[in-house]
Amino acid sequence: MMNAIFRTVLAPVAGAFLLAVAHLPAAAFQIQEVTSPLGIKAWLVEDYTVPIVTVSAAFKGGSVQDPPGREGLANLISTLFDEGAGELDSKAFQARLEKLGTSLSYSDGRDRFTGTMRALKEDSEEAFELMRLSLTQLRFDENAIGRMRQGLKAQIASDANDAADKATRELRNSLFKGHPYARSSRGTVESLDAITREEIIAHFGKLFARDNLAVAVVGAMNAAETAQMLDKVFGGLPQKAQLVPVGPADVKFGEQIEMEDSGSQTEISLALPGVQRNSPKFFAAYLMNEILGGGAFSSRLYDEVREKRGLAYSVGSSLSTFDNAAYLTISTATRADRADETLALIRSQMQRLASEGPTQAELDAVKKYVIGSYAINNLDSSAKIAGVLIAMQTQGLGIDYIEKREALINAVTLDEVKAVAAELLGVEPTVVIVGPGRS
Amino acid sequence: MRSKSRLLAIAVLIAAALFLRLPAFAQEGPQIVSRTLGNGLEVVVIPDRRAPVVTHMVWYKVGSADEERGKSGLAHFLEHLMFKGTKTYPEREFSRKVAEIGGEENAFTSTDYTAYYQKVSPQALEMVMRYEADRMENLVLTDENVLPERDVILEERRQRIDSSPHAILGEAMGATLYANHPYGIPIIGWQHEMGALTREDAIAFYDRHYTPNNAILIVAGDVDTEAVFALAQSTYGKVRRRAEPGVRVRSAEPEPLAARRVTYSDPRVATPSIQRTYAVPSYRQAQPREAEALDILAVIMGGSSGSRFRSALVVDDPVATHAAAYYDGSGYDYGEFTVFSEPLPGNAIEAIEAKLDVLIDRIVKEGVTQEELESARGVLVRSTIFERDSQSRMAQIYGSVLASGGTIADIVEWPDRVRQVTLDDVNQAARKWLDPRRSVTGLLMPKEGS
Repeated sequence: MMNAIFRTVLAPVAGAFLLAVAHLPAAAFQIQEVTSPLGIKAWLVEDYTVPIVTVSAAFKGGSVQDPPGREGLANLISTLFDEGAGELDSKAFQARLEKLGTSLSYSDGRDRFTGTMRALKEDSEEAFELMRLSLTQLRFDENAIGRMRQGLKAQIASDANDAADKATRELRNSLFKGHPYARSSRGTVESLDAITREEIIAHFGKLFARDNLAVAVVGAMNAAETAQMLDKVFGGLPQKAQLVPVGPADVKFGEQIEMEDSGSQTEISLALPGVQRNSPKFFAAYLMNEILGGGAFSSRLYDEVREKRGLAYSVGSSLSTFDNAAYLTISTATRADRADETLALIRSQMQRLASEGPTQAELDAVKKYVIGSYAINNLDSSAKIAGVLIAMQTQGLGIDYIEKREALINAVTLDEVKAVAAELLGVEPTVVIVGPGRS
Repeated sequence: MRSKSRLLAIAVLIAAALFLRLPAFAQEGPQIVSRTLGNGLEVVVIPDRRAPVVTHMVWYKVGSADEERGKSGLAHFLEHLMFKGTKTYPEREFSRKVAEIGGEENAFTSTDYTAYYQKVSPQALEMVMRYEADRMENLVLTDENVLPERDVILEERRQRIDSSPHAILGEAMGATLYANHPYGIPIIGWQHEMGALTREDAIAFYDRHYTPNNAILIVAGDVDTEAVFALAQSTYGKVRRRAEPGVRVRSAEPEPLAARRVTYSDPRVATPSIQRTYAVPSYRQAQPREAEALDILAVIMGGSSGSRFRSALVVDDPVATHAAAYYDGSGYDYGEFTVFSEPLPGNAIEAIEAKLDVLIDRIVKEGVTQEELESARGVLVRSTIFERDSQSRMAQIYGSVLASGGTIADIVEWPDRVRQVTLDDVNQAARKWLDPRRSVTGLLMPKEGS
């Protein structure tokens, strides 16, 4: 019986792009920048241990580009890539993928689309052809659109009553009021119903182009093969994407929201200011978040809420960065009769870290953790390495980032972490509580 | 846990069980070596030198199905308590050491095994082996750390089960499918029994089952095989043989005679769904090629994009958003064959069930085609090379198979066994096992008036 249950769950991430920040020992692999004859660039890590090729492509845009009233358009598009292209209808296309054992999946983030293809080296030419078709020759068959739309609507309906989902929605609406980020990226039943085939085709043509593209290639491919692949797969895309400019979100904190829910637990979410990826304070904030409620089994929130008092199974904090907003969230779920006690405890931990900062020992330990964990969390499969290469490109970190990262982290001082803790945790948070007896 | 997420998990397991079947793999893949230490600990090394990372896992051949009646949840509770410190090292020291070097750690419990793992850099392997070997024999518990942890597992139950209508139905179906065998008891435990578990219960369970001769050590990643065996000897090799758990014998199921039905309605359910699980043999119990045939049958029925269920219900004349079938043959004692569907809005669950019945009936009466058999084999075979891309997955595959009564030979010979499956094997498996009397049908329904 393989339905195992785990000791811990990961700290919840409030629907945000999870930062791929990590440390790769420089010796582990070399990143090559490859430019194709048509001028399309990719970052490549060559590795022949397993006869597999992974290609990831990120297109700036994402669900934030959904037109008003058409929320969920990017989401719907993300389901159509294997629903027929060129001469192949949905069934034929998927049968071809399946016969090759190739996986081809696209997902829509707030700020960008990401597509990843993974194939055996011996099948890679045919797999590249399928990826090319999916980007340039999609059929947008009405029946496929209909099926995908129905599936998304059913999913929305089935999550409508989920307490954690409710909390996430409320938090998003409160933080981003007036900004496109406040809108649902999954869409609503009404907005999905309003989307026409013509709108899908027109929108698709705006989102996928060569000037908003970043590519990562990992596996059994050399630079020459990569250059050839780039022109074949991406060369047929338009030169320029047509994106609507999105301004920075003016995030408001301090709102208190309570919602009744008849569920078994009370969901508690708090949001505080964060810092952007390109801020000089980024690593100070990143380390501070790790100390407060990050991934290791030793954060302050984990200790106080779970280990010492048994108030929750999962508790944690995470730093979320979008292109146009940054914030820090704290989330937990606890029994209803101890929800207020749990919230008070979380607030006191925030305040303590804001006023006193961490100890030097805590900071030293957490630095070691975030330096060491990079390879462990990001290097153990091709898909993960490709994800790192994409993140490095889209966040503008530079091709030598991996070598620099350790020094950037080690340079952060205790005073800098104290200052950022005071700045971010000293703000009155937005608090969302969803559970029995709340209204 | 019996939900759509289970579907994914099962797919992973199927792939997991299959990963060695290409001849190319056997030749080009890692040289996997296994030895048993003097105290009975089986050690398996799976080299993968691409990245400076090593996955270190200890699997105990004990799970929730080995709990005494009335102590449900104890195996999982002990798993949590294994992080509470030992005679040698204080509470949290092991976790702190792992975190300090950026390592990842966790543990999990199933019906048949309990496993602990760390993912660390190769230099830290000796350290994690030392701590893990230490807690194999030196666990110390106090009421001060046991009682808050009992509250944690009760919260975990609320989060995993009580807050998920799918999980609630899954528990009810499991309890119905198994009339006599402990697989009918949830891994996490029944709430009223969990609340009564004590420190003494945990220590007694630990003393009975946590011993090197009841465990498997898996080390996968950037390591030298001989160096790992030397480290294993100098750490685990010193752990004394603490108990003789013997062969696992659980109370057996009577022959099922009655088709059963379970309905759960909940105001949180927006879309109804239907799931039917048949009691079938596991790999360990099955006749030659029988479990392999069930794997192939699941792919043909509902485990591929062109499967019969998906074509008929989701694509050609859409009445459902999902339609799937999967076989879980990993259990030490029994296997399960499950079909699942979720209707599109406007389609009654009864109509979906009737269509499923027709499709199942046709397979049972008419069998599958040679073309379907070959395509299903291809799907399964192709997917397996990709497993090699993750050292953690490799460790997971070996650990779960070995801890559930399988052998390395079972994994290595699997490809050939699958190739030998005939049309007749698949059709016979369908006729024999897709018998309604062996099944529980579960309906998840919205609550009336909500």
